[in-house]
Amino acid sequence: MNQPAQEWPLWEVFVRARAGLDHKHCGSLHASDAKMAIQMARDVYTRRQEGCSVWVVRADHITASDPQNKETYFDPAEDKVYRHPSFYRLPDAVDHM
Amino acid sequence: MQASISIHDSPELRYVLRLADTCLILAQRLGQWCGHAPVLEEDIALTNMALDLIGQARALYTHAGDLHATLNGVRYDEDQLAFLRDERDYFNPTLVELPNALDGSAAPGDFAQTVLRNCMIASLLVLVWTALLRSNDKALAAIAEKAIKEARYHQQHYADWVVRLGDGTDVSAKRMQHALGLLWPYVSELFVEDAIDRAAATQGLGPAWSTLRASWMSQMQSVLEAAQLQVPQLNAFCSTGRCGVHSEHMGFLLAEMQHLQRAYPGAVW
Amino acid sequence: MYTQAMDTAPKDATPAVRSADEAALQTRFDARIDAGEFIEAKDWMPAHYRKTLIRQISQHAHSEIVGMLPEGNWITRAPTLKRKAILLAKVQDEGGHGLYLYAAAETLGVSRDELLEALHSGQAKYSSIFNYPTLTWADVGTIGWLVDGAAIMNQVPICRCSYAPYARAMIRICREESFHQRQGFDALLTMMQQGTDAQRAMVQDAVNRWWWPCLMMFGPPDDQSPNSAQGMRWGIKRISNDELRQKFVDATVEQARVLGVSLPDPALQWNAARGHWDFGAIDWSEFWQVVGGEGPCNRERLSARVNAWQAGAWVREAAMAHAQKHTIQQEAA
Repeated sequence: MNQPAQEWPLWEVFVRARAGLDHKHCGSLHASDAKMAIQMARDVYTRRQEGCSVWVVRADHITASDPQNKETYFDPAEDKVYRHPSFYRLPDAVDHM
Repeated sequence: MQASISIHDSPELRYVLRLADTCLILAQRLGQWCGHAPVLEEDIALTNMALDLIGQARALYTHAGDLHATLNGVRYDEDQLAFLRDERDYFNPTLVELPNALDGSAAPGDFAQTVLRNCMIASLLVLVWTALLRSNDKALAAIAEKAIKEARYHQQHYADWVVRLGDGTDVSAKRMQHALGLLWPYVSELFVEDAIDRAAATQGLGPAWSTLRASWMSQMQSVLEAAQLQVPQLNAFCSTGRCGVHSEHMGFLLAEMQHLQRAYPGAVW
Repeated sequence: MYTQAMDTAPKDATPAVRSADEAALQTRFDARIDAGEFIEAKDWMPAHYRKTLIRQISQHAHSEIVGMLPEGNWITRAPTLKRKAILLAKVQDEGGHGLYLYAAAETLGVSRDELLEALHSGQAKYSSIFNYPTLTWADVGTIGWLVDGAAIMNQVPICRCSYAPYARAMIRICREESFHQRQGFDALLTMMQQGTDAQRAMVQDAVNRWWWPCLMMFGPPDDQSPNSAQGMRWGIKRISNDELRQKFVDATVEQARVLGVSLPDPALQWNAARGHWDFGAIDWSEFWQVVGGEGPCNRERLSARVNAWQAGAWVREAAMAHAQKHTIQQEAA
């Protein structure tokens, strides 16, 4: 081996708790390959029946938004209150709409 | 000191104990890895396998206790069966009792030997549990239904490890081939046919392990081939743990495992 | 989980603010901290905050994996199949907790291998409690009851710490941890109530040996714990060492009574004026001795970790080599 001390890559783990729910990020782990990452995710993160399906993705394959863009990207949604159903006051008779 | 229990000499009881002891004794060996594995993730995976095996052993001992009660009216609980038998009354194949490094080469153990043995035993247990799904002993079939899922995962996880290490670096290939040389001689015993297995097969209790040999060999051969390892020739040596005559390692294993139960008669844990 | 407020690393000098930009970032960071906001991995943070967190989280992680060893001693000797399964699951959880914590530390830009290297070289610390030996089966239950109990006192406040990846790891850990203390107490209660005299003596002996080291787990007294104020501000420490210690003593006295064991402290006495239990003086020279490497098992614990790591090197290398070969094959195909 040319690089004996190479660390196993880091993987992010996403678990579906029950059928019908989204996969949710629950942590990370190290594994040498994708199949091992899936198995280790099962062993590390579903020991208490936390899941029925797991996704793993190499951490270095994730592109994240820059926290410095937080205001630029996300604050503009703040004043679009008309997107929310609670914005509309309807007569009681049809308010379950 | 707490005295040993005596076990009824019935083939069906021994048949169940062979399987129960296989699970328990391998779990005992795997428990020695806890906190010492090559990487944290695998430490957790090894313990999961040990926990599955203990769960299977407990179900089987409880069932064996029931069987014992129908045979001569004496009911033993899981712990009496697990902890209070004499060495000759344990019927696991010798393979599972061997130390984690049979050649004494490594502490806490040789991971090559461990993954290979786990793969060998899990492959065997998948076949045993599959056949037991059709057992005419309903309780045994129910245990098999739960255990088969666990065994399939163990088989997959450790077959993958055998392939990774066999086809990894020159060092790992050498270590795997060495492990194979150490453990393979204990294969013969797994599939020896005897009166106990014949009786089980005849009664519809479960398979004679000898009938599983061909499937096991072909599965192991394909794993070992993918791992680029050479399957050794089997010679005349045949271990005899399944008949109660064990290796010299078994006495130490039992002394450690039974220590508290033996030393504190009447204790409740 | 086993935190220990040791604050043994040298106190870092607060770095001089270099630029107006950085000053603005610092002001903004401080405002977020004061507003009780969470800091995420990619957010700007002062170097001192990052360094302190790496130290605390990794000490924590090391404590988990070294903490597997004393109880792990008893896995092969557990007296019943049920207790064997419980103990295995518990020690395994500690490994899992170490894993979650290493992952939290890794978000701060340090690798797990670097953290392990610091442990193995003796540069990083772990909780001193694991340098004590487990001599009997009752030690296993006592560790669950007292050591995990002390740890829970320490760790629950950290679930609200300002660094979100650490807080999330702690929430997960706390959720899993609650079984640890209960199983320990349950194991002791079984021996005390249904067991033999020999077993009861075994329990009392274990409690006698673990009590004082457990009180030391909360770290030096507040007046000797220089980093606490900064830690409080950052929310990576929320309750002082002495307060937590008192809380632990108050909770434990009643549990000991239910169990039927005595706590080895003649000065232990209810103080109606304070509304707390008074307890005797702690021998801090013992604490510093153990932290300094001269406890009963320091060398064994560390060498067990180092051996496992070194003996596993060929496995980790081979798995990487295998993965690389097959990636190359797939790309070529």
